[in-house]
Amino acid sequence: MATEHQKPATQQQQQAGVSSFTLVIYEQENFQGRCHELTGPSNNLQEAGVEKVGSILVLCGPGAKKPGNLQTQRLAMPVLCSSCAEKRAALKRPKTGHSLCKDCFFWAFEEEVHQTIVAAKLFKHGEIVGIAASGGKDSTVLAHVMKLLNERYDYGLELMLLSVDEGITGYRDDSLETVKRNQQQYELPLKIVSYEELYGWTMDAIVKQVGLKNNCTFCGVFRRQALDRGAIMLKVDKICTGHNADDVAETVLMNVLRGDIARLRRCTAISTSSEGDGVVPRCKPLKYAYEKEIVLYAYFKKLDYFSTECIYSPNAYRGYARTFLKDLESVRPSSIIDVIHSGENLSVRDGVKMPVQGTCNRCGYISSQALCKSCVLLEGLNRGLPKLGIGKHHRLHGKILSQQPLTEKEERKLKAVDF
Amino acid sequence: MCQVDEDYHDQLEHADAPSVSKKCAKCKEATAAVVIRAGDTYCRDCFKEYFIHKFRAMLGKNRIIFPGEKVLLAVSGGPSSCSMLSQVQEGLSQNAHKKLRFLPGIVYIDEGGAVGQSVEERRRTVAELRALFRATGFPFHIVPLEQVLDLPGSVVTVAPSPSEQPASAYKAAVDHFIQSDGGSRLTPQEEQETSHPDVQESHTQSLQQLIGSAKTLTAREDLLSTLRHHVLVHTARTEGYSKVMLGDNCTRLAVKLLTSISLGRGAQLAQDTGFSDSRYGDIILVRPMRDYSAKEIAYYNRMFTVSSVFIPGLDTMATDKASIQRLTESFVTKLQAGFPSTVSTIYRTSEKLQTVCRSSSTADLFDRCLLCMCALDTAVEDASAFKATQISEKLSQTKSPGAPRTKTQRQIQAPVESESTAPSRQCCSSGGENCGRAAAGGGGCCSSAKLSETTNLKSLMCYSCQLTIKDMTSVERLPQYILSEAQRRQRRSQMREEISEFLLDEGDGGD
Repeated sequence: MATEHQKPATQQQQQAGVSSFTLVIYEQENFQGRCHELTGPSNNLQEAGVEKVGSILVLCGPGAKKPGNLQTQRLAMPVLCSSCAEKRAALKRPKTGHSLCKDCFFWAFEEEVHQTIVAAKLFKHGEIVGIAASGGKDSTVLAHVMKLLNERYDYGLELMLLSVDEGITGYRDDSLETVKRNQQQYELPLKIVSYEELYGWTMDAIVKQVGLKNNCTFCGVFRRQALDRGAIMLKVDKICTGHNADDVAETVLMNVLRGDIARLRRCTAISTSSEGDGVVPRCKPLKYAYEKEIVLYAYFKKLDYFSTECIYSPNAYRGYARTFLKDLESVRPSSIIDVIHSGENLSVRDGVKMPVQGTCNRCGYISSQALCKSCVLLEGLNRGLPKLGIGKHHRLHGKILSQQPLTEKEERKLKAVDF
Repeated sequence: MCQVDEDYHDQLEHADAPSVSKKCAKCKEATAAVVIRAGDTYCRDCFKEYFIHKFRAMLGKNRIIFPGEKVLLAVSGGPSSCSMLSQVQEGLSQNAHKKLRFLPGIVYIDEGGAVGQSVEERRRTVAELRALFRATGFPFHIVPLEQVLDLPGSVVTVAPSPSEQPASAYKAAVDHFIQSDGGSRLTPQEEQETSHPDVQESHTQSLQQLIGSAKTLTAREDLLSTLRHHVLVHTARTEGYSKVMLGDNCTRLAVKLLTSISLGRGAQLAQDTGFSDSRYGDIILVRPMRDYSAKEIAYYNRMFTVSSVFIPGLDTMATDKASIQRLTESFVTKLQAGFPSTVSTIYRTSEKLQTVCRSSSTADLFDRCLLCMCALDTAVEDASAFKATQISEKLSQTKSPGAPRTKTQRQIQAPVESESTAPSRQCCSSGGENCGRAAAGGGGCCSSAKLSETTNLKSLMCYSCQLTIKDMTSVERLPQYILSEAQRRQRRSQMREEISEFLLDEGDGGD
């Protein structure tokens, strides 16, 4: 009996011999759909009319209940690694559905990242590369794999860790501890830049003013610039970020939902092509790696990472795209890559107005407007008008630049609203 | 006293305005009957005018349907396509102030066989629709989907479009039409109807097997819509129509756009959701209802008693997660409830897109997908999602050379999808024609040839259609015209390979 997680399955088999038990197999997750009860060993569930299993309820011993949800999947019988055909498979790859043993999975995962790096020509020999490290699973795996591949394939890269401290108590301070441990484990230099030193605002203070809606806009915009600034301080040639396939697909969906054609076009690019002062090219070596595989990799490699959802993020619009993508994945696991494929092959009609990249008149950072987004957001914060950067207020850019006061009517619109 | 009163009067009126005003926002006289969006209230007459104008404006803006042209209206019986039918009727009626100038016909494709309706149910539905169509006075064609089994191979080849017409030609054609007094020509067409010859039960069974060979509802729906398009185009060709009007509304298209993205059809998005779709060459599909939201259509149909017929589809009563199409639909609907601009935003995205390569309809036959007829999107650079998936597939099946174990057998399994081997008994059962075909293709009969057939077929398809095929237990059930066209293409490409060194220009197939 194959399950996604090998361990529960073996447990069940052992119990079969020892004590009486009942296995209730449900077709769908959360113990729904058609069910089938098993009280003894069964060699072929398909004979019993069970084609797929979404969840299994184990009833055994003195009232023990071990409910667990499994990924909807087809049953396959003996599970040997499909790659080496020698060892027992330890996991089922979310990306392809193949069952692999631990070692073959590690190899496949690393090799794929390597192929991505080579195919997209992400790095050149001798470059200094900053790894954007948050302490979460993606960046931890990224740091691990980058270091490993750099040695295995002799990329000749000098790697560094680069972290941004947004100033979120109870979240970032803890995750930065993880980064510091990672630094020791991987023996890579680490640089931390904080919102407080760059902007004079911590996220805690921002949320206090803005509220829990739209706060992710501030964090996202500031972090992008903070990474660039940190990269310049470290004098790195490139930054690589831990964006995984799920993130990219999510962004594609999100840009469709927002009708943002310019971002839709460039969000699938594996590396940024923007050339300009104060901008360091960024790339996503994990672009084709499923989030689930990253977790599997980190889990089996026993990597040390921090896994808590940001305390300020639950209200983000992105959440809708995220939930939708997860649902899509559960219907058809290849959906994530399919969405990316769609994104890569979109093309925009001639004559659709596209923003032109320029520089911010205040700080010199890249911007398609007179003022870059972070300057606008910052101005809004400092003036006590947090909504200045939310929504479209390009008309006001001139006024901000020339330090003119805003009219009362304009101000009223931009004040924080109580939620 | 008076002054005080006046002061208040002003304010009171002001206070009324933001709440739902009871007056029509357009004529500001009559009582409002519908609220389309927040703040957009219309009275009955203004709503009707607005609705009718939108239809005519859509056709006028795009200038694709020429005067006197025969246009086939694809009516499914649902509210949207029935509303389209009523708009065409309205536009052709004697007192329409800007009369439409084309010759309409109706086609209904009876999918009851694929969906699993009983013969009785199908007969009842068809009878209902026939009554509806008769009332219009337009010629109509009722075609069972079973016909897909007898289509000619030409359906999946691109027919040359009848010479590209420049934009100026439209105006000239209109002028010419008016001068020659075409108006009288198109009024009372003789009412004709082609309907259903009784469907053979064996055909229905084959169709059901075909649809059933797709293991997932996602693939089933995708397959069904592809086949439906093929029958539509074929009907249009045989009956001499050059345009097919589809009833997709704005809401539907927003769902379709997101579905297409989720299915990996990014490259085909513009064709899937745009106003006109010329992938078949001679027959152009148009979507004149794309500006209406489902809500507007529902209002209109109710207020002006446009009747529609409910016909269950593949996903009727299915759960939200039954298929990608179904999931997307419920996602968009739910999001629309919370963010009322969702549908229109998604829809506007579709207007900014175009297909990757604007196919120069010559000699690109090999580069069209065998099923959906769009340009192939599988010839991509190395750093792409498509290649990354192939690498993953390969790496998961081959032994890792660097792993500290025996380095001898690099390939344990050939990288072939194991699922395609599944039902091997059916090969020779269906009357020997499979064997004949396999032999003609140069390979032996039965299972040995089958594996390669799946892989070969896939190479002729776009990314998304490959996914659909992957979800099928066997490609053997695909209609004959698709399979034989596949072989024809394979033979052609083999030929081309053989003579490739003598060809001067590689891109020119010489068709």
